[in-house]
Amino acid sequence: MSTRHVLLGLLTAGPSHGYDLKRRHDERFPQARPLAYGQVYTTLQRLVRDGLAEVEGTDADGGPERTHYRSTDKGSVELAHWLGEIAPPAPFVTNDIFAKVVVAILAEAAGEPADPAAYLRAQRTAHMARMRELTALKTAPGADLATVLSADYALSHLDADLRWMTTTAGRLAALTEEIRNV
Amino acid sequence: MTPSTAPLITARGLEKAYGRTDALRGASLTLGAGEILAVTGASGSGKSTLLHCLAGIVTPDSGSVRYDGKQVENLSEAQRTELRRTDFGILFQFGQLIPELSAMDNVALPLLLAGVRRAAAHQQAADWLGKFGVYGQARLRPGEMSGGQAQRVSLARALVTGPKVVFADEPTGALDTLTGEQVMTTLVQSARESGCAVVLITHDAQVAAYADREVVLRDGVVKADEPWAAEHFSRAEVRGND
Repeated sequence: MSTRHVLLGLLTAGPSHGYDLKRRHDERFPQARPLAYGQVYTTLQRLVRDGLAEVEGTDADGGPERTHYRSTDKGSVELAHWLGEIAPPAPFVTNDIFAKVVVAILAEAAGEPADPAAYLRAQRTAHMARMRELTALKTAPGADLATVLSADYALSHLDADLRWMTTTAGRLAALTEEIRNV
Repeated sequence: MTPSTAPLITARGLEKAYGRTDALRGASLTLGAGEILAVTGASGSGKSTLLHCLAGIVTPDSGSVRYDGKQVENLSEAQRTELRRTDFGILFQFGQLIPELSAMDNVALPLLLAGVRRAAAHQQAADWLGKFGVYGQARLRPGEMSGGQAQRVSLARALVTGPKVVFADEPTGALDTLTGEQVMTTLVQSARESGCAVVLITHDAQVAAYADREVVLRDGVVKADEPWAAEHFSRAEVRGND
């Protein structure tokens, strides 16, 4: 995820300081890893360096001094460009589950103590448990839009994993046979 | 385990063949009172046959289904029909509403069959239609409603008699994702409020994720009941102590 573009997007609501941006990021992306403060400040400084944001002023409000940032015209253009850009549809499969299953099939065929079928069943159990949590989260009374959207996104991806795992479980005998005959 | 967490349904060693095809080959499972259980598995794994055996629609060739202290396979046809009318609600992929009757009459029908007076039956039917957001369709016949509306009417019909178990066979199978989500949310919320258990047959993991627990059927046998048993009973105990 491009943190600089996400911060530029959050700045469209008006000038803001680092702490507020971090808080709003974590609210809007509830299933994402929370942003580290250090990353927020570093990214804001880079946005200023590149002319995409500028310092509007500072306030103290009885506490430590806070710097307010706002987006520039160049920042708006950059944001619009990023929003219109198509993300490449996953050119490589680099997933742990996929790697484990492939290696487990190879290892089992070579007589090693590996059991891809058992692994797939256990992984399904873990996926379903997470899917139940996410479903409860998004269907809880008063769940906000950010929670629903991010839970939907995560559920769809876990579901895609599960479909692949189910198909692969059905192909295991043929796959193992093929490797043994090579 | 407290008495309230004793299984509502216990099925043991269910076998059922249609001609030379074995649909069930020793399937066993338990359903707790108020539990929402997803039964998943590939096409032809025996999911629907299992549901039909649990609901007393089909008699297994061997094995037993114990419901609320009664051996279902030992009941007469009349007793099983009575059980389905009083204790069970059934929901299919295509609602199976009666096409000639309005939504209101479809929902009131199980009450009328149970001897409830017409005015009271219509009042209760109207309450359920309102609860599921389809009161505006009360006078429409099934063919005049959208798939999602018809399924919510079917759900009202399944719940109107206050069943202890709802058997739902692919209840969202004919619906788009968002409509399916509305039907599932309505089903789960209503079941939680009334303490009704649900057996949910589905091939869709996102639908199964609404349940408390999942069992996987493979070739007519339940494959994945055990890993969840411990979690299931600890949850049931929490509910029992409420």
